[in-house]
Parts: sequence; C-alpha cells; structure tokens
Amino acid sequence: MMTLAHSLGAWRCDKRAAIAATIAMGLMLAAFPFMIGSALGNSWLRIVDFALLYIMLALGLNIVVGFAGLLDMGYIAFYAVGAYLYALLASPHFGLHLPVWLIIPAGAVLAGVFGVLLGAPTLRLRGDYLAIVTLGFGEIVRIFLNNLNAPVNITNGPQGVSGIDPIHLGGITLAKPLSILGFTISSLHAYYYFFLALALLIVFITIRLENSRIGRAWVAIREDEIAAKSCGINTRNIKLLAFTMGASFGGVAGGLFAGFQGFVSPESFNLMESVMVLCMVVLGGMGNIPGVILGGILLTILPEVFRHGAGPVQMALFGKILLDPEALRMLLFGLALIVVMLYRPAGLWPSTTRRREFRGESTTDALKEGE
Amino acid sequence: MDIFIQQIINGLVLGSIYALVALGYTMVYGIMGLINFAHGEIVMIGAMVALTVVKLLVNSGLPVFIIILIALAGAVAVCMAVGYSIERIAYRPLRRAPKLAPLITAIGVSIVLQNLAMLIWGRNYHAFPPILPDAQFDIYGATITSLQVTIVLIAALMMAGLIVLIHRTRLGRAMRATSENPLIAQLMGVNINQIISFTFVIGSALAAVAGLMVSANYSIVHFYMGFMLGLKAFTAAVLGGIGNIAGAVLGGILLGLIESLGAGYIGDLTGGFLGSHYQDVFAFFVLICVLIFRPSGLVGEKISERA
Amino acid sequence: MNTQLLEARAIAKYFGGVTALRDVSLSIRQGEIYGLIGPNGAGKTTFFNVLTGLYHPDSGELIFNGEKLPASTPHLAARCGIARTFQNIRLFGNMTAMENVMVGRHVRTHAGVLGAVLRDRRTTREEAAIRRRAEELLNYVGIADRADDLARHLSYGDQRRLEIARALATDPKLLALDEPAAGMNGTETEGLRELIEGIRKDGITVLLIEHDVKLVMGLCDRVAVLDYGEKICEDIPVVVQKDPKVIEAYLGGSIA
Repeated sequence: MMTLAHSLGAWRCDKRAAIAATIAMGLMLAAFPFMIGSALGNSWLRIVDFALLYIMLALGLNIVVGFAGLLDMGYIAFYAVGAYLYALLASPHFGLHLPVWLIIPAGAVLAGVFGVLLGAPTLRLRGDYLAIVTLGFGEIVRIFLNNLNAPVNITNGPQGVSGIDPIHLGGITLAKPLSILGFTISSLHAYYYFFLALALLIVFITIRLENSRIGRAWVAIREDEIAAKSCGINTRNIKLLAFTMGASFGGVAGGLFAGFQGFVSPESFNLMESVMVLCMVVLGGMGNIPGVILGGILLTILPEVFRHGAGPVQMALFGKILLDPEALRMLLFGLALIVVMLYRPAGLWPSTTRRREFRGESTTDALKEGE
Repeated sequence: MDIFIQQIINGLVLGSIYALVALGYTMVYGIMGLINFAHGEIVMIGAMVALTVVKLLVNSGLPVFIIILIALAGAVAVCMAVGYSIERIAYRPLRRAPKLAPLITAIGVSIVLQNLAMLIWGRNYHAFPPILPDAQFDIYGATITSLQVTIVLIAALMMAGLIVLIHRTRLGRAMRATSENPLIAQLMGVNINQIISFTFVIGSALAAVAGLMVSANYSIVHFYMGFMLGLKAFTAAVLGGIGNIAGAVLGGILLGLIESLGAGYIGDLTGGFLGSHYQDVFAFFVLICVLIFRPSGLVGEKISERA
Repeated sequence: MNTQLLEARAIAKYFGGVTALRDVSLSIRQGEIYGLIGPNGAGKTTFFNVLTGLYHPDSGELIFNGEKLPASTPHLAARCGIARTFQNIRLFGNMTAMENVMVGRHVRTHAGVLGAVLRDRRTTREEAAIRRRAEELLNYVGIADRADDLARHLSYGDQRRLEIARALATDPKLLALDEPAAGMNGTETEGLRELIEGIRKDGITVLLIEHDVKLVMGLCDRVAVLDYGEKICEDIPVVVQKDPKVIEAYLGGSIA
C-alpha cells in the first residue's frame, strides 16, 4: 500500500526530475509561438491565443461543473460581463480609457458579483433545473446586451462596441511589435505571453483550491449533498463560492478577449459558446485540470482544422467545392463530439477517480495499481 | 381589449406547439433522466421534410388536404427514423456512463443534424407555400384563422391520445414502470430497450407534427429554427415539471401565453423602457421565478430529501 | 450539575396527512448510549432527520447542551456537536477514505480561498493537522490500510466504519448512528459493538437506532421505543423488554 509518507519520500527523490521537467516545459511554452508562427503562420498563432482564453474559461467552468457538480449552461454570461466592462471602460464609446490593471480585476469582481446574483436564488435547484435556469440567465444577459442601446445607449446594441483599447501595461502596448533586448516580437506573440501568464496563474489557483479544505467541500457536495451538509458544510455558501470563483475567471478571460479583439458584440456570447465551454470541460475530463486544459485546446483547434481543411480537401478530391465548408466543418465537429464521448465517456483525460468510477464494480484490489 | 384577446389566441397557438415539442423532452427525461438536446432539431427536420414534400406536390393537382397528409406522413416517418437512430447510436451505449456524457453526445447530435440540414437544404430561409385555406373568424375584434384553430385542435387531440396511450394501454404501463424504476421493470419482464426506443419514436412523431405546424403557421422554414424552438419547449417542460406529461402541456401553453402577452404588454408595464425584443427575457424571467418558488416545476412532484 | 445533553420537547412531524412523529419527548444524558427502537415506520429515522436538521419539525424544540438547537440547518447541527451516520450509507463515493474523513474536519477548520491559494503558515499547519487527525481516526475505526482506496470500493462493513470515522471527525458531543449493524454478520456486529463502546469511553454520547435488538439491549444504557410516531416507553433495557406496550407493538412477540 502506498502510504502518504511513501509518496512524499518518492516526491522528494523526484524533485530534481520535476524541476528539470518544469524548466523543459517552460522553454517549450516560451518557444511555442515561434514554432507555430513559422510553421503555420500568424492566423494559427491567433488561434493559439484564443485557445489560452478558452482554457481560462474551461478552468473556471470546471470549478462549477467539475468540482461542485453544478450544471451551469449560461457560463458565457460571465465572459460577456468581463468583456463588456473592458469595452465600456476602455474605448471611445464613453470616451473612457482606464488602465488594464484596473479593468481586468474589476471585471473579475463584477463577474463574481453576477455569479452571486445567479447563484443566490438558484441554489435550491438541482441538476437539470439548474441547467435550464443558468441557460436562461445566459440568454437574459445576451438579450440585454443586445437591446441596451435604447432609451439610453449603454451597450450600443447589436452593433457592439468597437475601437476598444488594446491591452497595454505600464506604457507598453501589446498591439504593436515589441522589442526587448534587441529582440522583436510581434503583437500576437506578446499577447501569447501575457495570456499564458494569466492562464498559468489560473491553473495555479485552481490546483491550490482543488487540494484544499474548500476543494474537498466542493467535491463532497458533488458526491452527496445531504452527507456534505451533515458533515457541517454550509452548502449554500460553498456553492456560491464555486459560482463566484468560476465566474471571476470568466470575467478575466472576457476582459482579455475584449482587449485582444478590439471589438465586442452580443453575438460572441450566445448559447452555443456556453455549450462549447461545457463541452471542453466534459470532453476533456470533468474535474481533472490537465483534462480540462486538453479539452480547451482541442475544441478551439479542432473546428479551425476543419475550417482550413474542409475547402482545400474538397478541391483536391473533387476539383470543386461540393459542400458548404462551414456546414461541413461543424458537421465534422459534431461527429467528433459524439465519437469521442462514445469511446471515452469519462472524457479524454479523466481524473483517476472518475476513470475508476466508470470502470465500475471493480474489486478493491483492482485499485491498488501503481503501488 | 381586442389586443388582449388577439395575444391570447396567438399565445394559445404558440403554446400548443410548445406543448407538443415539450412532450418529447419530458417523455425522454421521464424515462431516462436525459435532456435530449437534439429534440429541437427533430422538429426542424420534420418541418424541412414536410416543406420538401409540399413543394414537390404543390403543382400535382392533388387536393390540398391530401398533399398536407402526405407531407405529414413523410415528416413523421423521417423523424421517427431519425429519433430511433439517435437513441441507438448516441444514447444507448452511454446509459451507464457518467451523467453528462450523453448530454455531450446530444449536443453533438444537435450540431450534426443542424449542419446536415444546412448541407441538404441550404442556409437560406424557405417560404412555406401558401396552399392552406385561410378563412378568418372574428372574435371580439380579434382574428383567428382556420389554420390556427386546426393547430390547437390537432395538438389537443394528440395530447389526449398520448395520455390515453400512457395511462390506458399495456405499453403505457410499461413506460410508466420503466420511468419509475428501470431495473425493477426489467425484472418484471419489460424490455426496456424497446420501451426507450418507443419513447423516442413517439416523441419524434409529435415533433414532426409540431414542425409542420410551425412552418405552416409562420410560413417560414430555416435550418436554425429548431434550436430556439427546442430551447423554449424544454423551458416549458421544466416550467411544468419535467418528466410529467400534464406538466409539459400546461408549461407549454403557459409559456406561449406568457410570451405573447409579455411581448404585447411589456412596453406598457415598464413605462416604455423595455420593448418587445425583451420577449425572451420575459419568458426566462417567469421561468426563474417559478422555479425559485416551486423548485420542481408547477405540477412536478416535490422531491423530498430522503436521508 | 446538569448531565442532560439533549432534550427533545414534544417534537411533531407530519408528512401530508401522515403523522410521522407525535409529540415525542426524550432526553439523553451526557455519556450514555441511548437506544431508539421500534417497528418499521415507527418514526425513528424521521426523528434522526429532525435532530440533525434535515427535516423541519412541525412543532416542538430541541435543547442541546443547554441551548436551543437551530431547526433545519444540518451544518449548524454539526457545528453544535451532533454528528450522524445514515441508514443507507452515504459516503463521498469518488473520494478516498482519507478524503472522506478530511471532509469531516471541515466544520472545525477555517481555511478560506485566500489561505488555500497562498498556503500561508496557518493554512499549511491546519491542513497537516487535518491529515493527521484523519489518519488517527481511520486507525481508530480500524481501516487505516484502506486510506487511499475510494470509499465506494470499500467492503460494506468498512464503509460503515468509514462513515463513523467521518462523523467522529467533526468532534461531536453526540454521535447518532442510524442502524449501523444493518447487513452485518455476527463478527462484524461484534466489532461494531466494541467500537461503539470505545467511542463512549472517549466521552462521546451515542444515540443508536438499531433493529438488532440483541445489540441494543446489550449495549444501551437506556432505550426508548417508538410506535406509530409516539414514544411508548423509555427506560433501562430490562424494563423495556418486559413492558406490555412494547411487546404489543412488536406484534405480541417477545423482543428479546
């Protein structure tokens, strides 16, 4: 039996290897945009930047769905809140140009407040009722964004807000090529590093939360709410906390999105986006951080691969475009979702416990693998 | 006053359609505890097939009644086949999987059906040929068309039929038993695979009828129409108390009424601040309020926490 | 000195037209093992659920440790010092045995989001203490070797023990056990008896619902009998066994 002392000892032995691995990983992540940029071009680098945003979103939703087991289908609303806050406070729309270090945290806080607003009245609901209410909430936020251009123009309606300030930190703007130590990197690279830093921060926070008193309480609620209550967990507060934390990650990602894109409109925050983030979480492996990250990357990249592939492949095969490439790419994407779930129902990279869960009624001995 | 009656009529028509679609959600949920996310797309497929048949036959010289009947038969047959296949391919293998897995395949199916429809029928709006007689009746200054009357009547008839099926037949008893406890039902000799397939087939048939109704009533068919319709119908099912047949009917009609009255009066209610584009907000707002005070829907059973 | 730990005053609970509890009053003394028995459907578990805050009583009140117990807030009941197990075991199936017990420490610990993220001195120390206490408790109930197994994969008897360990982790003054011996064989029941006696020796009062009459009569200091939601008897086991009303309630048969 692998005891705790054992594993701690083993960990110490592996510490050097772990440090080496971390450095290697760091170098990889640092060099990654250059590899992508030179191999596939800037449009792919842009997709990678988006993948980082989606990873943040997926990690945020994972706290709500994966850890606490609350099915939230309107998660994109928090992304919208962060994005619109940035758009309104740093664009010509109101003539405001507040600094990024102020807006992004403000976006996190405001999204967190929206999380409480959504959570407080709905916490008594369970499972699918919660799903439909959160879905409704997401739609309500989008409809308001769409229509709050009259009688007072707040959101500029369906046209959205454009000309949003790019992200700039202490006088350095990420929108133009940067030269550091005689080394010039493009705007997309600069965004990559900035997003990466924040994504890593979110990963760090999530891992810390998972292995804490709070994280255990979330999972306990997911596993058995009544038992969790009887253990003295104030389920209402702990669930609200999950909503708030998840929402604030979404708010951060939203602000970054607005600065990166320079333009926001209600269309970017429709139900399909919520569904997409949910798919990332579930398909990657609910509750398992590496799995969720994988889900975020795959589901951002996959539709793009299909997009870039659908036209040219048809041209090569038939000499003309037979099928609408846009429809074809989504068709393939839908099929991919189905096939992956059929063959990996617990997700591509489930946490060890969930993997065991699905393996089902194994004997206790089957669990002692990895001794 | 006439506006009020007009909105009630519109609400009833819309509500009957919601109710038919909501029944599909609620039956599947009642039996398997699964949100069949793709159900709205089945409605769309039904509308598309019906449209195609009508367009093919519109100049054939057949009587309108026959054309509509053939279109309906075609739509029902195709939808039944689609519903059956979805369950076999995307849900059945996952019956013992973690709860969210079938939800994701359902979303996948929904995306596939939508885009398949886009490939087959294109991305444009299609107008439904105006072949139906449009006699109008006046009720206190409001108008109701013969089509609207037909829709409400047929919907009522089908719902009554379904209730008889579920409460008065052997098959219905098996369905109820399965929804109560599939394991025990199986031990009592119920073939639950068959029952589940049957549930999907029935739900899809209702969806096909609803599809034809929507396209005839609003004269427009589009590959994306199933999405919002499905969402609303699901909302209706939850509003009534998901898994409950009567609840779906009640929820559907209520949602239809709320929407059309909301759209008609929201401007007056908010002093002109909110216009009729907030129709959907209104529907969801009511839903949220209902669920806060009755967490299991209007006629849903109160699930007491058993320790 | 007041040795009364729990006093239930005229607790009543109705479900629709059905009376589950009718003015049930009973008092449990500090340090005793108190048995609650009765035929199926007599209201024992309902009483448990009222006591632990899962049900709201329709009338009556509970005085625990000299103070009025807040109604229908399970987490406050736990905070006040009432811990329970469930008739049909409710563990956190996909957490390890160790983690299950660690969750039990939740109510006696304080780390919040900030502490969890920053891992300051206090949080690390608290976390280490949680872990240490959980190990002790697993050891105490005798399933230390199962610490890293998922709760759902433990044997039935071990699950019962794990549930007790989790309840003990909340530092209860009163431990309420709902049919802990159900489904156990003779040896397991004997082990359970020793465990419960040990718990009492450590100063924790035990409230026991049980069908195994032999176990109840051998173990409990006092026993109350519920029938159709009413308390028909409350006394030491020997007296209860001879009470005609009790014998009547058990269909005229002897209950010993």
